[in-house]
Amino acid sequence: MGKFFAVTVAIIAILSAIPIVMNYWGPPADISTHGAAIDDQLHETMWEAGVSFLAAQLVLALFVWQFAGRGRNDKLKNFPGGAKWLVIAAFLFVGTEILALGVIGQKAWATVYFAAPDKDAVTVQAQAGQFAFYFRYPGPDGKFGTPRPDKIDEGNQNFFGLDPENDVASRDDIVAGELAVPVNRQVNLLMHSKDVGHSFYVRELRIQQDFVPGLDLAVHFTATKTGQYEIVCTQLCGLGHYNMKAYLNVLSQEDFDKWLKDKSAQ
Amino acid sequence: MATTVPEPPVIKPQPYMPSPGKDGGGGSAGFHGGGELRAVSDRSPEPARTGIWVALAAIAMAFAALTSALIVRQGSGNDWQHILIPRILYLNSAVLVLSSVTLEWARKRVASYSRGEGATRSEAMQWLGATLALGLIFVAGQYLAWVQLRSEGLYLATNPNSSFFYVLTAVHAIHVLGGLGGLVRVMYLLSSPVPVLRKSTMDSTSYYWHFMGMLWIYLLFVVWLKL
Amino acid sequence: MSEAAAHHGPPQGFIRKYVFSLDHKIIGLQYYGLALVAVFVGMFLSWLMRFHLVWPNAAIPGLQLLSKVGAPGGLITPEYYLSLLTMHGTLMVFFVLTNAPFAAFGNYFLPIQIGAEDMAFPRFNMMSFWTTFVAFVVLLAAFVVPDGPPISGWTAYAPLSAIGKDAGPGLDMGQNLWGISIAIFCIASLLGSLNFIATTLDLRAKGMTLMRMPLSTWAWFVTSCIALLAFAVLLPACLLLVLDRVAGTSFFVPAGLVVSDHLQPHSGGSPLLWQHLFWFFGHPEVYIAILPAMGIVSHILINSMRKPLLSHKVVIGSMMAIGFLSYMVWGHHMFLSGMNPFSALVFSFPTLMITIPATVLTLIWLGSLYGSRLQITAASLFALGFISMFVSGGVSGFFLAQPSIDIYLHATYFVVGHFHLVMGVAAIFGVFAGTYFWMPKMTGRMMNETLGKIHFWLSFVGAYCIFMPFHYLGLAGNVRRYSSFVDDFMAPLMPVHKFITIAALCTGAAQLIFLYNLIHSRFWGPPAPVNPWNATSLEWTVPSPPPWNNFGGVHPVVYHDPYQYSVEGAKEDFIMQNSPEQVKTTVRS
Ligand code: HEM
Ligand SMILES: [Cu+2]
Ligand SMILES: [Cu+2]
Repeated sequence: MGKFFAVTVAIIAILSAIPIVMNYWGPPADISTHGAAIDDQLHETMWEAGVSFLAAQLVLALFVWQFAGRGRNDKLKNFPGGAKWLVIAAFLFVGTEILALGVIGQKAWATVYFAAPDKDAVTVQAQAGQFAFYFRYPGPDGKFGTPRPDKIDEGNQNFFGLDPENDVASRDDIVAGELAVPVNRQVNLLMHSKDVGHSFYVRELRIQQDFVPGLDLAVHFTATKTGQYEIVCTQLCGLGHYNMKAYLNVLSQEDFDKWLKDKSAQ
Repeated sequence: MATTVPEPPVIKPQPYMPSPGKDGGGGSAGFHGGGELRAVSDRSPEPARTGIWVALAAIAMAFAALTSALIVRQGSGNDWQHILIPRILYLNSAVLVLSSVTLEWARKRVASYSRGEGATRSEAMQWLGATLALGLIFVAGQYLAWVQLRSEGLYLATNPNSSFFYVLTAVHAIHVLGGLGGLVRVMYLLSSPVPVLRKSTMDSTSYYWHFMGMLWIYLLFVVWLKL
Repeated sequence: MSEAAAHHGPPQGFIRKYVFSLDHKIIGLQYYGLALVAVFVGMFLSWLMRFHLVWPNAAIPGLQLLSKVGAPGGLITPEYYLSLLTMHGTLMVFFVLTNAPFAAFGNYFLPIQIGAEDMAFPRFNMMSFWTTFVAFVVLLAAFVVPDGPPISGWTAYAPLSAIGKDAGPGLDMGQNLWGISIAIFCIASLLGSLNFIATTLDLRAKGMTLMRMPLSTWAWFVTSCIALLAFAVLLPACLLLVLDRVAGTSFFVPAGLVVSDHLQPHSGGSPLLWQHLFWFFGHPEVYIAILPAMGIVSHILINSMRKPLLSHKVVIGSMMAIGFLSYMVWGHHMFLSGMNPFSALVFSFPTLMITIPATVLTLIWLGSLYGSRLQITAASLFALGFISMFVSGGVSGFFLAQPSIDIYLHATYFVVGHFHLVMGVAAIFGVFAGTYFWMPKMTGRMMNETLGKIHFWLSFVGAYCIFMPFHYLGLAGNVRRYSSFVDDFMAPLMPVHKFITIAALCTGAAQLIFLYNLIHSRFWGPPAPVNPWNATSLEWTVPSPPPWNNFGGVHPVVYHDPYQYSVEGAKEDFIMQNSPEQVKTTVRS
């Protein structure tokens, strides 16, 4: 029975590793400037965790194989070195991993979160609400109108609560249901929630950030490949959570300018 | 209820001896000695003695959580309006502090009475009663403070400061009521013709009570403070 | 004589004996029974969820009886999926993982293992169980209120959970019941922890030094210290949440929210405040689930190996280190929630640090297997399975502890895979191990070993089939808490989902073997001897089941460390803790 356990554990461990090694379902190709750093770290962690996982499972299998079912006449042995060396090994091994991954690898985090957005970044405001995203561009004047929650009127397509009658800056604001951005230019996304918590997740962009009601956050990224990608909500926001999505269109600069023009003409 | 403990046979060498003293908690003589007051002695340590500290730690933790919530909340919105603390609270504080003093006096009388050192039971009872009365006055005073705030139009949901005020004082008052229950229990046990009041019960009840007093001063400071 | 026993004699009558019992053993069994009901309900809900994810258009006959609105014609609506999700998570975390390994086994065996007659405060103990029971009933009541159970997940993030019915179905009465139930549960757990701590510190038998306590007792003790502080924070948090909901306060709800076209009458609250308070409890909670399992598994493994772990002290130290660090890491659940990005690094570091004591424990278990005389029983299989699961779930924690990787993996099925393995399955395996090991003591009847082993193989392979693929889904970016996968990129993952669902249905069904074994052996199993496993600790010195005051009024005296197995020169290959036998040993713990 012990041998059977050992074999089962070994098989499970190896089978578990196969899809990862073969990369059946891995992350999609990255389309951002900062994503490579995250991917590297993911890759590195996968190596270290994978080796630890396999090593631990196989050692478990090995020892159970060897020592299960031994009787009273078999000599008891102690692990060479005893607890002391195991503790030292844990500290050294995990300690190095922590240093390698935890400390050095924080660079990826820093590039997303610590660097200030570029001056010439395209600023877009994203608003999340049950259960749709809306995006707002400041228009030719470069200024966003002030949103007023009491003016929000979905029936009349006033998703942000703009007040063009009194608020000059809001008159040329462009509102869209998709997020169009120019390729290879930094985008500074201002995040606002209309009602409850939501989250902005684009796999290919390696960006995920919560929308927190009452707390306007910002996140910036640069997309490096044109195309259409899915934006999904990853913070439980109510019954339509699973269906809350929008598209990210990464356009060439000309296409983007044209898109803006078309939108403001509407 | 066996009170005898078989003596552990003496065995050498050392490592297998039960280590006596602090670590090997259990098994000393019963504390319900034969109806005589001086026999009411505690084994050490008494669960009530440990228990009360553990309970106080949990209560302290809960109020620490509420305090940090208050600090975060004060910074999170610009709707914080400092409310003026009703004057009566200062009076209440004095009452609660006084009750701690009377409780200490009561504790001395109880100890003295139990050891047969002069104090009488009714003396002890009187001081306990005084403490109980002061505690009740405190709770009543808190109620008056709430009434007063309401008359000023400050309800639970009026603004965050009033919300915290009501929550902190109400949660504290519930704990004070628990302490009053403890005092009643102590008086009940003391009134029994056979000695059943343990020193640890008396002590832990009074620790709890003093803690409520200190907690109250702390809370007063917290609601008074404008960060 | 403990204070406990001074207060009560052997109870008379059914009610005092089995219902409102003060006896820690009955209370332990009551907790076990409650957890058993909860785990089967929770598992049933997970079946429904898995079924719906894969066959969204197949009606489940009879489900409309559970909820006419939530499952019209037996078809689960998206919101009812979220109700099931919330109830599944809440039941599993609170009523299974806190109750079974900690409250149930702890109540039954902690006093016996330290040689006490009962808990320090038997009355609190009884209150603790019945309060938990009330919490359970209040939670289940959410199934019958008109708008159904809440849909905000077991984490109940505000403002979704704080607004009320504008935010969606289940968020009216159902969410109130959730908040109240959890608050009641907190009170119960506080009473329980208080009791465990005082009992461990004060009621140990003569000779039972702290270092002579078995590892299971150590684990329950450390856990009760964690639980005391964790539930003391969740309780006020739930209070504030319920006040936001019913009294119109604004602790967690900010101004200017427009929900269902209604401008909400709140101002200035902080959604992050709820997250901080919740996770300050929530992270320690996962250790409340796993530490007792670690203790139980160590206890059983030592017995099966006929040899103590390489170091008693290191295991205890590691458990304490985990307990201590668990209070400094809650922010790792909030890397992307908009708190100061610098604090992500601050929280990441201690999170990675926790891997050190966890690795130490794993290495100690593995290293101790070396050179042992491992006996394979149902109990030891589950203990070995625990190690395997703990490792598998643990390594994925290494990913999520790094904020930059969390950007990609947060809120995906990777997280679901991670916590199910490391706290769900691992802790449940600890409970199974404990059940096969201790049930003979608790009921006086042996369980069927063959059925137990079959149960193990099906559960072990099944659990891997369910929970390993979750990681792959997560790596592909599959979002969690979705009631169906309408996004283009998730469609290719459906075969994996199908596989998981089939595995879940089979593994769930395999648990009926366990249930059968449990019930059958309770009544018809062969009578259990006093010490069927040749174990050393005090619970094996008393009859099976133990009499009302455990040791028959005689105080045990302890002479030995807890795990004196295979001591050279001893009469047997084990020396009971209370045996006055004296030998020179070479193998010492
Ligand atoms: C029969 C075995 C189980 C199966 C098949 C299962 C399946 C699931 C599924 C499908 C979800 C929902 C994932 C999602 O939509 O995001 C889920 C969530 C969850 N499960 Fe399980 N589960 C099982 C056992 C357990 C156990 C033993 C625990 C105890 C820790 C547990 C705790 C949770 C928690 C806390 C959640 C999250 C709920 C939330 O997101 O609010 N589950 N489970
Ligand atoms: Cu959502
Ligand atoms: Cu955590």
